[in-house]
Amino acid sequence: MRYLPKSPADREAMLKAIGLRSVDELFAPIPAEYRLKRDLNIPRQMAESEIVDFFRQRSRENGEGYTSFLGAGAYFHYRPVIIDSLISRGEFLTAYTPYQAEISQGTLQSIFEFQTMIGELTGMEVANASMYDGSTAAAEAVMMAVRLTGRRSVVVARSLHPEYREVLATYATHQGMPLSVADFTDDGRVNLEELEKSMTAETACVIVQSPNFFGTIEDVTAVAEIAHKHGAMLVVSIAEAVSLGIVEPPRQADIIAMEAQSFGVPLGFGGPYCGVIATREKYVRQMPGRLVGQTVDKQGRRGFVLTLATREQHIRRERATSNICTNQALIALMVNIFMNVYGKVGLKELARQNLAKAAYAAAQFGKHGKVLFGSAPRFNEFVVQTSEDPRAINERLLGHKMVGGLPLKRCFPELGNAALWCCTELTTRTAIDTAAGVVAESERSVRSSRAEDVAEVAQ
Amino acid sequence: MAYPTDRKYTKEHEWIQVNGNSGTVGITDYAQQSLGDIVFVETPKVGSELTAGKAFGTVESVKAVSDLYAPASGTVTEVNAELATSPENVNKDAHGSWMLKLSLKNPSELNSLLSAADYEKFVAEEAGH
Amino acid sequence: MKPTIRKATTQVNQNEGLIFEKSSAGKAAWKLPPLDVPEVDAAKLLGEAERKDLGNMPEVSEIEIIRHFTRLSTWNYAIDLGMYPLGSCTMKYNPRVNEAVARVEGIANGHPYQPEKISQGALYIIKTLSEQLIEITGMDAITLQPAAGAHGEMTGLLMVRAYHQSKGNARKKILIPDSAHGTNPATAAMVNYAVENLKSDSRGMVDIAALASQMNEDVAALMLTNPNTLGVFEQDIHKIADILHAKGGLLYMDGANMNALVGKVRPGDFGVDVMHLNLHKTFSTPHGGGGPGSGPVAIKKGLEPFLPTPVLTTKSDGTLAFDYNRPQSVGRVRAFYGNFGMFVRALAYIQANGPNGLRQTTEDAVLNANYIRKGLIGSYDLPYATPSMHEVVFSDKLQLKKGVRTMDIAKRLIDYGFHPYTTAFPLIVPGALMIEPTESESKEEMDLFIDAMKSIAEEVEEDPQTVLTAPHSTRVSRLDETAAARKPVLRWKPTS
Repeated sequence: MRYLPKSPADREAMLKAIGLRSVDELFAPIPAEYRLKRDLNIPRQMAESEIVDFFRQRSRENGEGYTSFLGAGAYFHYRPVIIDSLISRGEFLTAYTPYQAEISQGTLQSIFEFQTMIGELTGMEVANASMYDGSTAAAEAVMMAVRLTGRRSVVVARSLHPEYREVLATYATHQGMPLSVADFTDDGRVNLEELEKSMTAETACVIVQSPNFFGTIEDVTAVAEIAHKHGAMLVVSIAEAVSLGIVEPPRQADIIAMEAQSFGVPLGFGGPYCGVIATREKYVRQMPGRLVGQTVDKQGRRGFVLTLATREQHIRRERATSNICTNQALIALMVNIFMNVYGKVGLKELARQNLAKAAYAAAQFGKHGKVLFGSAPRFNEFVVQTSEDPRAINERLLGHKMVGGLPLKRCFPELGNAALWCCTELTTRTAIDTAAGVVAESERSVRSSRAEDVAEVAQ
Repeated sequence: MAYPTDRKYTKEHEWIQVNGNSGTVGITDYAQQSLGDIVFVETPKVGSELTAGKAFGTVESVKAVSDLYAPASGTVTEVNAELATSPENVNKDAHGSWMLKLSLKNPSELNSLLSAADYEKFVAEEAGH
Repeated sequence: MKPTIRKATTQVNQNEGLIFEKSSAGKAAWKLPPLDVPEVDAAKLLGEAERKDLGNMPEVSEIEIIRHFTRLSTWNYAIDLGMYPLGSCTMKYNPRVNEAVARVEGIANGHPYQPEKISQGALYIIKTLSEQLIEITGMDAITLQPAAGAHGEMTGLLMVRAYHQSKGNARKKILIPDSAHGTNPATAAMVNYAVENLKSDSRGMVDIAALASQMNEDVAALMLTNPNTLGVFEQDIHKIADILHAKGGLLYMDGANMNALVGKVRPGDFGVDVMHLNLHKTFSTPHGGGGPGSGPVAIKKGLEPFLPTPVLTTKSDGTLAFDYNRPQSVGRVRAFYGNFGMFVRALAYIQANGPNGLRQTTEDAVLNANYIRKGLIGSYDLPYATPSMHEVVFSDKLQLKKGVRTMDIAKRLIDYGFHPYTTAFPLIVPGALMIEPTESESKEEMDLFIDAMKSIAEEVEEDPQTVLTAPHSTRVSRLDETAAARKPVLRWKPTS
C-alpha cells in the first residue's frame, strides 16, 4: 500500500519490541464475535491512474463545458491561479488548528489578516476566523442575537435564501425559538409594514439578506430602524460577497452572517464554502467560532494566538456559545488570497463588471420576458417571468450547452413562471444574447400559439 | 494570606461584606490564585435578583471558566465597572476588588456563611487534597 | 546536559509583516478583461446603496502576495514536515491525488443547482461514497450533509430526538462519559437535551453498574466514543448497547476514533444506532489549518425517515436524483448537500486503499501507538494500563515533581522537530499527554520521537528550566495569551 511507510520487516521488528507475536493480538481487546472475518465489500485497490480516470469520467457527466446563469447562493467567479498554488503548500494544507501558536504563526497571522479584511468590507468591528458556510453562519448569528437580547423569537424575511431559512428552522426548532416570516413586496424587498407588525417585545432579532435571494438590495436602514425601535437586533446575511465591492455594507446591522464563496472558492457542487460572522466589539464574547488575536511573546515580538477560547465547546462544554469546533481555515485562506489579489480597487472594478453584465442581461431579457422587482436596486441577479415554464426553456438552453436561471416555482409558487438569473464578470455578452434569444423565441411561440387559439375561437 | 475579618465567606470562595442592609461581593485571594490570570469578569445587570447559592456570573482565565455563586439573596444595586476593562485588579487585590453590591433580602442567610478563621481552615484542607 | 536533537536543525527564515503594511495606492495584482457590455453608472443604478470606499483593503502586487503567503507558510508545522501526533485528531498523510481529482473541471465547477440531468457525475460520487461508508460502518443508511464532526453530532442527535418524538416522547437527557470530547455536551445542549455525566471505571471504560443505575426512560441516548479518548476499546460494548436498548434508548457513537476500527470491526455490528464519521480524520481529507471538515452521519434502518433533506435516490430509469419530499425529516442542516469536495477526496482515499489497504492502515495505526507506548513506558506515567488501540495517553505525573507540566513537555518537543501531542485531554487524566501517531509514520520517525521524548524526560530531571522555557528554536517564544484575552486585538488598524 503506497501510503504506508513500513516494510514487513519493520512490522515484524515492532511487534517483537512490543512483545507480541501477531497483529491479531493488538486487536484482542475487541470481543471476537464482533471482529470482521472477511474483506470489506468495496472495490479492490486502484492505481492512481485509475482513480484519475474515474473522476475525469464523473466530471464529463457533470456539466463540464456548460455556460451557467445560476447563482442563488453559489457564484461562478474567476479564481486567480495563485490561490491554488499557495493553498497547496503542505504547510497550509496539512496543518491542523493552530493550538501550538509558536509553530502555527503562518496560519494565525493569515487568519488575523482575514478577520481584518472581513471587518473592513462588512463595516463591522470584528469578524471570526470563519464558520461552515453562509447558511449555518446565519443560524448561528440568530442564536447569538437570542443570547445577547435574552429574547427568543425571530422575524425572518421571506427574501432570505430558502435553504438558509430551512437551516435556521432546523436549528431553531429545539431551542424554543419561534420564527415568523415577513413577506416581500412588488419591489422584491421585505415588506416593512408586515415586518413592523411581526415585531413584539419578545423579538430577539430580524434577519434579512442583502442583496437578497432575488438579487435585490434591501433597505437596510429602514429595516434596522424597525428592529432597533423594538429593542431587537438586526442580522444581515450576505450571500454574494462580490457585492461588497460596490454595494454599501449593512453598517446598521448588529451582526452580519456572510458566505464568502464568491471570493475565490470553487463552486464544487455546493461545498466546502466559507461562512463568516462579523459584529460589534461589545458583542464578541457571545460570538461563536474561532478568533485570532494579536499579542507579544516573552521578548516583546508581535505574534498571534487563538483567543477568547472560553466561549468554545472544549472549555464551556454544554454552556458553550456553539458546538462548532473546526472553522474553514483552508477555504478562508482562499478568500484571503482573493481579497489580496483584487484589493481596494480591484474589488470595486470586479463588482462594477458584475453590475454591468446583470444590467445588460436584465435589459435584454426585459425585451421579451418580464423582469420583476425592477423598482429597487439590484446587484448581479434578477428574476425573469416568462409565459412558458422556465424548465422548458432551460431544457432548450441545455442544447446550447447552457444552464438557464433557477426556476422558482418550488419555493415561490406565487411568482408563476419565474426564474432567478445570475451574471458575473465571466458571463459573456454572446452567452447573454443567446439565452435572451431562446427566451424571445419561447415568448413568440407562446404568443403565436395563443394567437392561433384566438383565431380558432374566432372562426 | 490573612483573610479580612470584616466579612463572611462561602465554600465557593466568594466573600461578602455587610453594611446595614447592603452587601458587597467579591472572590477570595485563594480563588484568584487557583484561577490564575483572570481575563474577564461577567457580572449581572443592576436590578437583577440573586438567590443565595445560585450562580450569578462567571470569572474567566485563559483556559477556564468558573461560576460565581451568590453568598446571599438580594437585588443588585451596583456593579464594579472597572473590572470590565481591568480584570487583572482581581489578581492584584482580590479582597479590595469588589464585583457587585446588593440590597439584602434576608440578612439572616449570612449566618450560615464562614468566618475568616473558618474559611482559612477550609481552604487549608482543600489545598491539602 | 546537551540534548541531541536528531530530527531538526535551525535555519534562517524570513521576516514578514502584515499585508496591510506592504500596501500602497496604485499597486495591483489583478487585471480584468475589457467589459463587453455597456458601462453602467453605479450611482444611478444603486442610488444610496452605492459604496464609495473600501476602507483599508490592501493594494499589493502578485509577487508580494506570493512571497507573503510563502513566508507565512514556512512558520507552520505540518504533516508534510513530520510526525504530528495530535491525539484524537488523526493527523495522517493527505494524499495528493485527492487534491488533483477534486480540481477536475466538472467536479470543481459544478453548480449545486445545475439540472440533475447534467449532475449525474456528482450524484454518482455521493452514491458511491455513501455505499462504501455504509459498508465500512456496518450501518444501514447515511447522510453526507453535515459540514464537520460537531455538525454531524448535532444532526445525529436531531435524528435521535425525532425518533423518540415519533414514539410519543422525545425524552430528556443524553448520557455522556466524563472522558468525552467537549463537542458532545455542547451538541446535546444545542438539541435541547440535558447532559448527564457518566463516570469511567478504573480501566478507563464506561462504568457498567453506573450506566445501569442511570439508565431510564428519560435517557434518549448515550454518546460514546469508541475507542474512547484514552484510546481504549469499550470491551463491554454489547452490554452497554443492551442496557440502553432495554429501556428504549439509543447508542450514539462519536466516530472520531474510527481509524482504529476500519476493516477490523464495524460499529453497526456491535449495537451502534447512530454515528458520525470525520472524513478529515479517518478518510485523509486535509485539515487545512483547521478545516474544512466533513461529518457524515450513518444510522440504522429505524432512523431513516428522519434523515436531513434532501436524500439521494435512484429513479426508475436508473438515473440519480434528490428526494425533497421527506415529511418526517429533521430538516436541512446546511445549504446544498454538504462539503462535496471532501466527499471526492475521501472516495479517492478509499479507492487507493481497497479492502486490503484499509485493513493494513488500521493495523499499522494500532501497531504504531503500541510501539510508542512500549517505548515511553518508564519515562512517563501511564495512568491506565488497559490495552491501547490507535492512541496512548500518558500523564505528566513523574515530571510534575520538577514542576514541569504536559504543556512544557509539548513546547520542548517543538525544539526536537515534532508537533506536540494533544495536551490536557481527556479531562479524566490530570496533565494528559495524548499521543496518536497514525499509520503514516515509519519506524524511523517513531524511533526519533521516542528518543526525543526520553531525552526530554532526562532534561526534566537534570535541567528543568530548559523545558519550562521552551521552545527555544521558534520565531516567537511563548506568547502572552493573558494579554490577548484581557484586551483583545482582533484586527489590524492603521497606526496614524
